[in-house]
Amino acid sequence: QKLVKAKMISPNCLFCHIIRQRSQRHLIYYHIREIKAANPHNREARTYGIRNFFFVLICRNYKGDVDMAEIDHFLPLLMQHEEEGLLCPVLSHGNVHFMWIKHSNLYLVATTNKNSNASLVYSFLYKLVEVFTEYFKELEEESIQDNFVVVYELLDELMDFGFPQTTDSKILQEYITQQGTKLEVAKSKVPTTVTNAVSWRSEGIKYKKNEVFIDVIESINVLVNANGNVMSSDIVGSIKLKTMLSGMPELRLGLNDRVLFALTGRDKGKTVVMEDVKFHQCVRLSRFESDRTISFIPPDGESELMSYRINTHVKPLIWIESVIEKFSHSRVEIMVKAKGQFKKQSVANNVEVRVPVPSDADSPKFKTSTGTAKYVPEKNMVVWTIKSFPGGKEFLMRAHFGLPSVENNELEGKPPITVKFEIPYFTVSGIQVRYMKIIEKSGYQALPWVRYITQSGGTLIRLQYNMTYCFRNVFYLSKGSDVEM
Amino acid sequence: MMCDFLFSLVCTGEIFELKAELNSDKKEKKKEAVKKVIASMTVGKDVSALFPDVVNCMQTDNLELKKLVYLYLMNYAKSQPDMAIMAVNTFVKDCEDPNPLIRALAVRTMGCIRVDKITEYLCEPLRKCLKDEDPYVRKTAAVCVAKLHDINAQLVEDQGFLDTLKDLISDSNPMVVANAVAALSEIAESHPNSNLLDLNPQTINKLLTALNECTEWGQIFILDCLANYTPRDDRESQSICERVTPRLSHANSAVVLSAVKVLMKFMEMLPKDLDYYGTLLKKLAPPLVTLLSAEPELQYVALRNINLIVQRRPEILKHEMKVFFVKYNDPIYVKLEKLDIMIRLASQANIAQVLAELKEYATEVDVDFVRKAVRAIGRCAIKVEQSAERCVSTLLDLIQTKVNYVVQEAIVVIKDIFRKYPNKYESVIATLCENLDSLDEPEARAAMIWIVGEYAERIDNADELLESFLEGFHDESTQVQLQLLTAIVKLFLKKPTETQELVQQVLSLATQDSDNPDLRDRGYIYWRLLSTDPVAAKEVVLAEKPLISEETDLIEPTLLEELICHIGTLASVYHKPPSAFVEGSRGVQHKRLPGSAGSGESVESPDTGSAAGVSEAPPAVIPSQGDLLGDLLNLDLTPPTTTGPPPPASSGMQMGAMDLLGGGLDSLMGTGFGAPPAAMPASFNVPVSGGLDDLFDLGGGVGMPMGVFNPPKTVWLPAMKAKGLEISGTFVRRAGVIQMEMTLTNKAMSVMTDFAIQFNRNSFGLAPAGPLQVLTPLSPNQSIEAALPLSTVGPVMKMEPLNNLQVAVKNNIDVFYFSCQYPISMLFAEDGKMERQVFLATWKDIPNDNESQFQIKDCHLNSDAASNKLQGSNIFTIAKRTVEGQDMLYQSMKLTNGIWVLAELRVQAGNPNYTVSTCATVSALDGLCLAYKFCMTNPEP
Repeated sequence: QKLVKAKMISPNCLFCHIIRQRSQRHLIYYHIREIKAANPHNREARTYGIRNFFFVLICRNYKGDVDMAEIDHFLPLLMQHEEEGLLCPVLSHGNVHFMWIKHSNLYLVATTNKNSNASLVYSFLYKLVEVFTEYFKELEEESIQDNFVVVYELLDELMDFGFPQTTDSKILQEYITQQGTKLEVAKSKVPTTVTNAVSWRSEGIKYKKNEVFIDVIESINVLVNANGNVMSSDIVGSIKLKTMLSGMPELRLGLNDRVLFALTGRDKGKTVVMEDVKFHQCVRLSRFESDRTISFIPPDGESELMSYRINTHVKPLIWIESVIEKFSHSRVEIMVKAKGQFKKQSVANNVEVRVPVPSDADSPKFKTSTGTAKYVPEKNMVVWTIKSFPGGKEFLMRAHFGLPSVENNELEGKPPITVKFEIPYFTVSGIQVRYMKIIEKSGYQALPWVRYITQSGGTLIRLQYNMTYCFRNVFYLSKGSDVEM
Repeated sequence: MMCDFLFSLVCTGEIFELKAELNSDKKEKKKEAVKKVIASMTVGKDVSALFPDVVNCMQTDNLELKKLVYLYLMNYAKSQPDMAIMAVNTFVKDCEDPNPLIRALAVRTMGCIRVDKITEYLCEPLRKCLKDEDPYVRKTAAVCVAKLHDINAQLVEDQGFLDTLKDLISDSNPMVVANAVAALSEIAESHPNSNLLDLNPQTINKLLTALNECTEWGQIFILDCLANYTPRDDRESQSICERVTPRLSHANSAVVLSAVKVLMKFMEMLPKDLDYYGTLLKKLAPPLVTLLSAEPELQYVALRNINLIVQRRPEILKHEMKVFFVKYNDPIYVKLEKLDIMIRLASQANIAQVLAELKEYATEVDVDFVRKAVRAIGRCAIKVEQSAERCVSTLLDLIQTKVNYVVQEAIVVIKDIFRKYPNKYESVIATLCENLDSLDEPEARAAMIWIVGEYAERIDNADELLESFLEGFHDESTQVQLQLLTAIVKLFLKKPTETQELVQQVLSLATQDSDNPDLRDRGYIYWRLLSTDPVAAKEVVLAEKPLISEETDLIEPTLLEELICHIGTLASVYHKPPSAFVEGSRGVQHKRLPGSAGSGESVESPDTGSAAGVSEAPPAVIPSQGDLLGDLLNLDLTPPTTTGPPPPASSGMQMGAMDLLGGGLDSLMGTGFGAPPAAMPASFNVPVSGGLDDLFDLGGGVGMPMGVFNPPKTVWLPAMKAKGLEISGTFVRRAGVIQMEMTLTNKAMSVMTDFAIQFNRNSFGLAPAGPLQVLTPLSPNQSIEAALPLSTVGPVMKMEPLNNLQVAVKNNIDVFYFSCQYPISMLFAEDGKMERQVFLATWKDIPNDNESQFQIKDCHLNSDAASNKLQGSNIFTIAKRTVEGQDMLYQSMKLTNGIWVLAELRVQAGNPNYTVSTCATVSALDGLCLAYKFCMTNPEP
């Protein structure tokens, strides 16, 4: 019953159909026009229904040998796999293979009949979402329909004969614009950038005030088991740039990277060991490989310069203890204690503790020492929000739920407790931007601004549901030094 | 609403309205009309009737309108080929437009119009665009060559576009290079034997330079192309690796995976003791781990590939167990893959952690995931002996949960644990028996029945338990029926007095009331065994079972090697070779890791040292030969004649035998023949398999007109060098199929299983056409005949001598290498008879350099007999003349790779020495002399 409802909620789907090698690559958007109450127990009736209710929104055929009608097999196939619990990003029907991703309620599907590079296809599909989103703000049914001419133009420019081409939306916006009339005025020509070695930045950019903003954002992923032991923890950091610089500036970023310090022979101050680093297209990878210098010509505006991963065992900073007692047929009692164990002068903002509750729970009652608790029945959880959580403090939340006397015999999953928060002016790893050198041939002075933020990524604390079960959970958050600017 | 407007178009009246609007004088109105046409095309409505009207709008200076019309053309040109010609002029004109955007647009669209008739008109504009001053046009034109090739390959070759495309690899613009590489790779894929890409150190260097400058997608094209190159030696391999490793830091996961592919492949060539080898191994782990924080679909692709990488080089990720722990919100496909990798990485060092995790997973709600987790616990027990006890107790805990599918899954794996560690955990049987009633899946029922039968002597009420299953015998699945039959026979042999009735009941159920031949046959075998010789029955049915191996689901090594070459692609996601799911790729050669034999032997096996000598010898040593050989091997553009040889009959027979005796009794075969190895002389064993072979011989011999000379078997691999495995063999050609016939003899003390074979690249592209069919375990002192059909479409490399073949044979003990030489005459094709006229012309055309002469001594045949005899070996006599008492025979033969060899045989009456002059279309082939001698002097069949 529930399953069917969920499906009826999602009103439309988009199929984007991209096919590599000797097959067409086309984009197809499907959409449900009306929903008839199809009998969910009758597979045939349902499949029939789907065929009628979905249609291709848009499609682009890049090669000629996969029949366009093949996409009709996709949705029934998807439904079938979903029902069997064997959902898979690659589905095949005969010798046609569907690789798909889902974006909100649209499906983007690439089809092929060759041994295509699957990772390339998925990267491309996500790139597609990114480009469309930057063009139309939202990628949804209406934006595709209202802009189908631009969509076709983009699809042609993004990929040719199954080979992805120019996918940088900023550069694309220079010669494919939403207002067709604009084009004629500019008497459109290809920006040289498209084929340049520097394909991400156009020449002739001008700013009155030359500035670059650097955001260092770290998110921590911690997995804690029911006994309170950290199973795994890592830090995923990213350095984002907002570049407002004129001309073609050469930038060099200095971090307190331990490998670099070891190479240059300096070893004072705190350093950070980055397990793995990933760079934006613009960074000279071979240069980094040889002497760890991060040098690049930045794309204009916002971009993610690099991301890194740090594998460290972190010292506990916030401690969460929870006691959940479930008395069958009558009630559930929940007690959660959160303790901030980071420095007193730091403050965690927008802390959200999400505690799962049984799906058949009712009549919630809460008591909190700070913040507010809310029952979110559609997600089967209690969300406890604390706007500002200073270090060293300890808060408590109690919840009480009623349970129906007739037990729900459906098995339920064991979702973990999750914690979300944000701590500004602070990085867990202690990574620092030591300098940002900006050199442009016109010789202007430019100011770099740096900002540090720590977020929780996927912090998961596993729970166990027994009839009556008390246990303690510990939530760890690592400690970092304050960072001077 | 847009959508309503689209659907309003469905009425046919609309078409006429549109027609009018399209022919309107007002530009704006025209454009709106074309937009409407495209809109209805988008929703799948047929607007092809408007073709001429839309094409009329083509000549416009409005770029947007032009794009729309082009879009329309691409869609409908195929259905209106005659009208599409109308568009040609505009294309030609647009290709000269001052605006590069329009030139590129025209050349891009041109290639998408898949109409044969108009393609030839497009060659000139394309040629111009390939040399365009603007890189944007050139990069588009490069792709257009691939498009055109897809429509009309011949035309592209005739027009010399391929050469222009090759020149573009040296273009100054990185994006042009990338697209040229992509286009060439695409074209090369449909021509597996051509050297289109012609990768040599110079081009490789160019590609590596472009790699630093082109877009992320271009980097993927170049890396994928690099992966097809085979470096000359380990130094070159290392220097390429060094220049590829920076790509591991790219933000795009696809770039990273393609770089991993190149590195995994070239790593094969690096000696293991090299420092750099260790460095490279260390560098590979972090990027692979980072791929797990990508989007779920990319994670899935990465995990499927990590699964392969872990099997090939477990050392890379052995310390990274924790990153594969399952997260609650992972999609199910990611969860299942992570679980798989966790088991592969499980070792004594991390088993405690893994078990704790698995136990956690086993209490989730997702049925498939839970099942797999339970199964994983069993696999850990089998893999890590020290953990077995803990695993068993974990499984017992899970059985206590009474969750139906958990219990069933646990029982299936406990059966395997019993087999791995006999006489250790049988105390849990009582607990298992408690759950007998809840088992409803065939696999679990069969496992339980097996346990009851196997340990019948310890279970007091075993007969009752089995009897209860027997009630619904005919409703059970085959698996359960077979298992029940065997279990009851076991029970009977252990407790004969009380169970006579039961065994009779099951035997009659199996033999009289069942339609299943497997079941019937097994029933009869038991019946006869029991009635004639109960002692023998005991030996057969209750024989020692071979231990089960640790890793049951490893990918077969040859396939694994091929899949490593396809990292990142669909093949690596499916874990299937591309030929298994791509149509029309059967002729495409299977990719192999480079020099896996070559690099192996430098460290491990010195006896194939000669192989390394050849593969590493720079081609400069024999320059002329090398060039000629290059031509020689590329001559063959026609499909090879012997692509799909039928599987040998003997293998079918063996398969049947396996099915019959497989399942619960998989050891029967082994025990039947080899149980008392000392007592039975080895020669006694041979006829059994020999008989099968004889049978096969008969079948193969029917179609043969005359006896082909088959050289006798020689010992290729002495037992001393191969830990007790002796291989002797020979090559034969039967009905157009080259076969490698081998006798494998086990001279060691232990049973050999899991045979597989692989060839190094060789001069004529010989490769196994199927797996080595040794399906039964080879017991000590047993010999087995194996016939391996060969194909000639494998990878090609010149060997010294030409007919040298390096072979690697694997079994459960180790991998062994040996080399052998096949007679060139095996390669003479059946269609080697040349037309007289052609023969004459060819004979004249062949330069003298290609001629060689030799004598065959002591041959007492007259010319006719010799001619007959040679014909049996596919050396055909075209003409004969007699000059001054000398018989001159003119003969032709054709090698499997399409090379013709012409010969003149001079026979002087009374003189036992023959003189043969041969000339081949390319170069003198050594080994021909030998071939002649073989064929002439062979004994009468």
